Amino acid sequence: MAYTKRPDGRKFDELRKIRAQVGVIPRADGSALFAFGDTIAIAAVYGPKPLHPQHLQNPEKGVLRVNYDMLSFSVTERKKPGPSRRSQEISKVTEWALAPALQINNFQNTVVDVHITILQANASTRCAGINAASLALAHAGIPMVDLVSAVSIGKIDDKIVTDLIKEEEDYEDGEGATDIPLAFLSKSGGITLMQLDGRTSTKKLKEAIEAGRAACKEIYELQKKVLKEIQEK
Amino acid sequence: MIARQETEEAIEEFEQGDEPKEKRELVIPGEVIATGNDYLPGDWAKRDGQDIIALRFGLADKSGRLIKIIPLSGTYIPRKGNVVIGKVLDITFNGWIMDIDAPYPSFLPLIECSKFVNKNDLSECYDIGDMLAVKVLGVKRKGIDLTARGKNLGKLEEGMIIKINSNKVPRVIGKEGSMINLIKKESNCDITVGQNGIIWIRGEKVEDELFAEKAILFVTEKSFIEGLTKKTKDWLEETKNNPKDIKEDKADKKKAKEAK
Repeated sequence: MAYTKRPDGRKFDELRKIRAQVGVIPRADGSALFAFGDTIAIAAVYGPKPLHPQHLQNPEKGVLRVNYDMLSFSVTERKKPGPSRRSQEISKVTEWALAPALQINNFQNTVVDVHITILQANASTRCAGINAASLALAHAGIPMVDLVSAVSIGKIDDKIVTDLIKEEEDYEDGEGATDIPLAFLSKSGGITLMQLDGRTSTKKLKEAIEAGRAACKEIYELQKKVLKEIQEK
Repeated sequence: MIARQETEEAIEEFEQGDEPKEKRELVIPGEVIATGNDYLPGDWAKRDGQDIIALRFGLADKSGRLIKIIPLSGTYIPRKGNVVIGKVLDITFNGWIMDIDAPYPSFLPLIECSKFVNKNDLSECYDIGDMLAVKVLGVKRKGIDLTARGKNLGKLEEGMIIKINSNKVPRVIGKEGSMINLIKKESNCDITVGQNGIIWIRGEKVEDELFAEKAILFVTEKSFIEGLTKKTKDWLEETKNNPKDIKEDKADKKKAKEAK
């Protein structure tokens, strides 16, 4: 049976309901919440500040350090708290996804710390995390050339689907499910994150990237709107 | 009376001088502020082909051909000559390491202390945990050099310390100090505003200090209203005549303390 209908009744190119808010953590220099439906991520930004231990300092430019963590109650089966192989990988790819947008070369020997916490997970957590972090960095007054928007695109059977949920990720019939998280620089359109979990043809991948670009445009407009609405603290 | 007249003149001057020529618009990083070769990028703005784009979240200020961004958030970035308030973190053999809420470590050398210091015991002069008003001598790659020599610099004793967003400091001070002088006079407090957003308030009574704190927080909250000095003046007078709120606040704080 071919994949004709999504479990939550969305259109193939429709995003889940997005909730975004800036300034959710008062003691951080910048913070934001970003949610795709049931997936909720919060990000807190601290810095630029002196970097310790000293051997991590870069005398040529500032350093971005991202820490991604899922809370133990964020998934259906309790997640063991603390860093894992998965969370380390996601921290690193998030760092690479955000770095091209930042202009922190003049802050030598300092660090900008980004802490992303997943409160509730239903797939696309890394994308929600990147969106939240991008908002939080802008809110913290870090010099940036662009905002970053991210979305996960999937190939379920032979259909290209925007913003996957867990149920779709686990789809096994036909060609199965392929998960492709993508992040774009909003203005220049450069791709800063692309991972692929599953199998796909080059043609389908190109289609997926175009679908991601369209979805990210929508996300960017929302990020822009949310940032413009904040009343300064 | 003469002083009051002076303040009023200062307010007028502030009002006139502060009127933005064009309405300042809130911009986000990467946003195109203007297009064409007529404009020049200033602070936190950048030319990208034909466009001028913003590099930071803040207000876009167009004055003539120059476009700059006035940041609304972000950590304090030290500049030479800034007076800041900081805390002594550690004592070394030749000076004090301080925390002034900046991205770089800062150092106050022994010779920049205003009084005689016993070299064997620097803690007699400034001890760990003391709050000092200091001036930034210079910012180098590896850190910030400070001095405690100068008028109104040195150790801060008694009084209270509050912290505000360092980007709001110009508003709290006002044009040529009009705002801060107004608050000082109305609250009978001695106030030192550090450029890093740390403010020291000392008055005769705790009520006066709390009043000054409230006034400063009022200014930071309403920082983007035009004609703020006048509004603050009205607010100060109104609150002064009904000091109920402050006393209530104090009672609340006392209760909270007891609860702890």
